[in-house]
Amino acid sequence: MKLWKAWVIARKDFSTFRTKRYVIYSLVVVPLLISIGLPILIWLGIGNAPIPPSQLPAIISGLNDVFNAFSFLFVMLAGFLPISIGAYSIVGEKLEKTLEPLLATPTTDGEILLGKVIAAFLPSVSAVYAGAVIFMVLMDAVTSAKLGYVYFPNWTVAVILLITVPLTTILSTEFSVITSARVSDARAAQQFGALIVLPLAAIYLATEIAFVSLTPANLLIISAIILVIDALLFSLSRATFRREEILTKWK
Amino acid sequence: MIETSNLTRKFGDVTAVEDLTLHVGEGEVFGFLGPNGAGKTTTIRMLACLISKTSGEARIADYEIGNSADCQKIRKIIGLVPDNVGLYEDLSAYRNLDFYGRLYECSDAQRREQIEYFLKMLELWDVRDRPVRTFSKGMKQKLAIVRALIHDPQILFLDEPTANLDPEFQKTVRDFILELKHEKRTIFLNTHNLDEAQRICDRIGILNTKLVAEGTPEQLMESLEGRKTQVQLQQVTPAVTGAVERLGLLYVVSSGNRLVIDVSDPEKENPGIMEAIVAAGGHIQFITEKHATLEEVYLKLVRDEQ
Repeated sequence: MKLWKAWVIARKDFSTFRTKRYVIYSLVVVPLLISIGLPILIWLGIGNAPIPPSQLPAIISGLNDVFNAFSFLFVMLAGFLPISIGAYSIVGEKLEKTLEPLLATPTTDGEILLGKVIAAFLPSVSAVYAGAVIFMVLMDAVTSAKLGYVYFPNWTVAVILLITVPLTTILSTEFSVITSARVSDARAAQQFGALIVLPLAAIYLATEIAFVSLTPANLLIISAIILVIDALLFSLSRATFRREEILTKWK
Repeated sequence: MIETSNLTRKFGDVTAVEDLTLHVGEGEVFGFLGPNGAGKTTTIRMLACLISKTSGEARIADYEIGNSADCQKIRKIIGLVPDNVGLYEDLSAYRNLDFYGRLYECSDAQRREQIEYFLKMLELWDVRDRPVRTFSKGMKQKLAIVRALIHDPQILFLDEPTANLDPEFQKTVRDFILELKHEKRTIFLNTHNLDEAQRICDRIGILNTKLVAEGTPEQLMESLEGRKTQVQLQQVTPAVTGAVERLGLLYVVSSGNRLVIDVSDPEKENPGIMEAIVAAGGHIQFITEKHATLEEVYLKLVRDEQ
């Protein structure tokens, strides 16, 4: 596999997606909503209210769970953002009739798929990181005076951003690309692709009801599971990418 | 250069191409004619290693269709213009070509030179930075042809390159194909346009799932009704037709003043015919060779097959 060819395909996709308004909206608006909206919620909740010193330990403990749960929202975001790009990757080429000339080039299935994965991965993970930085800065600005220390960054968010988020983005990207290569219209690809968010939402819910605690150790376990699924999905994506079927059966 | 033997492709119970055996030599322009659904595009897709064959053999240059390692090599030496131009509409013409140039592993210098050369040749150089979506159909078609040539392929597969173009653009594309012919590239041309096939192609194959006929345009036209001599007279009189009958030749009278005479060897027979007509008092205005048009041949062969 020639990695530079995958990069050529990814760069072409970046240029193409830049012109798609819905991609820009999903990459910019959703992370901004989370990264600005959540600090505002916290500020509205505790920003102006005086906290009696006796309640401070309980509030800090509660905030700890809330902040971890909020941080996990960026993992969900990493699962959500690649869907719009990934789902369109193969099906978009087919819809725009560009797949046949692309497949006629001396490019392997692996190079095409890797290019598509990179094209969905990089903008998504960048958007998540940008949102997370804004989130942490604003959250610290809102809470540091009350807490008496700066909450972010910490080990939990470090594991989330440096390990769980990239692995989840890869997971979602691969799942979307596989879906995109198996269905014949972009909307169906997006709907199927969105299924990947469900298990992440379940984890988020489990943290909210205190069923799972998002400690760095637990996050590493979750990340390890995602890593295994990532590897399986990449093999599956190559096995399920049937250029002949795409060319002859899709209308 | 292109060789197939009993090449067959089935989609489930439907046979798209059956027992196709043909040979296209180096530098030859081979036209593939056939009705919709005859298997022309399927044939090109098999030869371009886009889809697999069900049975039979096919080779491009010395590489075997169906062998995955050979298919990668085949893709490097062929250029494909599919029936849909398939360009990235939001990218500029230059960016489209540059993208494909990279995938075809052209060097930076080769890409730059090829893009400039072809875009200038087809008068697209001045609009190279415009998004393709702003191009007319003809401009897109020309760009699609340039895309197929960016890596300087030896063999070019063109699937209906002039379909849906106005006559002026059709001519431009046709002239360009003729230029490529002069460069000794092997061209495999799928077309519905019989006039185009007749003008451009060295040989023509008529496909209707099976190969119905194959030959030079002249051979195909002669194959339908044999050779004929058309004599235009001031007036066709009984004396003139009587003279032709005495030579033992079959004829028909058309448009009142034309005799269309069946001949097997016009170079030898025509002088005798002319002498007989003149001797019978006929005033000859024109003498031409007449054969069936390619359209007549095509329609007859396809209908017979159906």
